[in-house]
Amino acid sequence: MDDSITLKGIREGLLVTIKPDGRWSDVIGRLMTLIDSQGGFFRGAQITLALGPREVRRHELANVRKLLEKRDVVLLGVLSESASTQGAARKLDLKTDLTRVELEPEEPVEALPLRPPPIDPEERGTEGVLIHRTLRNGRTIHSNGHVVVVGDVNAGAMIVAAGDVIVWGKLRGTVHAGANGDESAVVCALYLAPTQLRIAGHITISPEDKRRKPKPEMALVRNGRIEAEAWQ
Amino acid sequence: MGARVITVTSGKGGVGKTTATANLAVSLASLGKRVVCVDADIGLRNLDVVMGLENRIVYDLVDVVEGRCRLRQAMVKDKRVADLYLLPAAQTRDKTAVSPQDMIALTNQLRTDYDFILIDSPAGIEWGFRNALAPADEVIVITNPEAPAVRDADRIIGLIEAEERRIPTSLLINRAKPEMIRRGDMLSVNDVMEILSIRLLGVIPDDEMVLISTNRGMPLAMDNHRTPAAESFRNIARRLTGEKVPLELFDDNSGIFRRLLRRLGLVS
Repeated sequence: MDDSITLKGIREGLLVTIKPDGRWSDVIGRLMTLIDSQGGFFRGAQITLALGPREVRRHELANVRKLLEKRDVVLLGVLSESASTQGAARKLDLKTDLTRVELEPEEPVEALPLRPPPIDPEERGTEGVLIHRTLRNGRTIHSNGHVVVVGDVNAGAMIVAAGDVIVWGKLRGTVHAGANGDESAVVCALYLAPTQLRIAGHITISPEDKRRKPKPEMALVRNGRIEAEAWQ
Repeated sequence: MGARVITVTSGKGGVGKTTATANLAVSLASLGKRVVCVDADIGLRNLDVVMGLENRIVYDLVDVVEGRCRLRQAMVKDKRVADLYLLPAAQTRDKTAVSPQDMIALTNQLRTDYDFILIDSPAGIEWGFRNALAPADEVIVITNPEAPAVRDADRIIGLIEAEERRIPTSLLINRAKPEMIRRGDMLSVNDVMEILSIRLLGVIPDDEMVLISTNRGMPLAMDNHRTPAAESFRNIARRLTGEKVPLELFDDNSGIFRRLLRRLGLVS
């Protein structure tokens, strides 16, 4: 994309800065294309246009506002160095005075407090919970690590884990492994017949014919979908 | 020590809690036990109707709790069987009129004079269920061999297991249809036990006589009916008193579960 339009998040919504060169209609066309190409991102947004010294007339602003409204975007204000543009904006009840607050360089932020050192990659996977009983309908387990169940996970029970889920028993409930987006997470069970199985952003249900002989299986994400294979 | 307080519950409604409570109470009384049934379904009472005692109610459980009458006054004696009483629920109040503490206090008053106190729990897992569970020494969970009922039974068992005190819980499978189970069209006892994995107290076959007797206000177990369901209720009552009665599973005889039970001498 060219750099005639730049976006910045501000307290009042989005600040859209439009360079003072180029034809107004072209720039606005590009802005609308940008909004349309972003799907729902702009929907319901409030934007403020920063126009620099460019002279923009009242009907032109009104027209932009109309185009934005069609896209469910609210035109909140216009920041301009031109007195006539400011006047035009004011007549349309648009704010013109965010300038001082928003355009000044941000105050230097104090250095962030030291974060705890990141967990050594080799140590990942040591965190988890062990549940030594059957999880019945209505039970939910949430964990920031792995979850190991020694027992069954009945239909109606739910396990949500940032890491792997291992069930030493029958898995019939709903499981979400890699719930924070870890696609390398796996779900293992002695009998894998979950109501629903999710790994990171993927979701699947058990195949219908679960009458076959129970065998240990492991579910994992491969080629963008969840697959089950023998667990050994 | 005195009475054993047994709460009959299910989670799901309509699986036969009230009918089972009435029939077990009658069966136990017929065995010479002193029995009280308590209807804990405040606001939706039914047990009195099933037992055919509706027209003899003067006071109810809420009257006792709120001190409008003495416990004795609220108890309705079943004249058809020796030593069988009903403590009816209030019809005009809701479940919040009674607290779990009230239920404990009330059953404690009854313990010395009876052998069994059967509490008929309302469906659901809220206040009424809590009231019914609070005084229980044991729980009987009733289910039908169908997926939704088993699902709710599983939930209820989970809630009972989550209690601080350990409450012995056993399962009663109601409305089994042997023919459908044999054809594989209904969950078998084996299937249900595989999911719920708690002690099996008994299986009651589906029997249209149950419905007929319910409408008449005359529990099947009364009058020594010879129908299959009546026999099952009597067997379960005998099991409750500690007698060893073989389980009738209405399952395919070749099942592993059955063979195992047979080897253990639990079924014929």
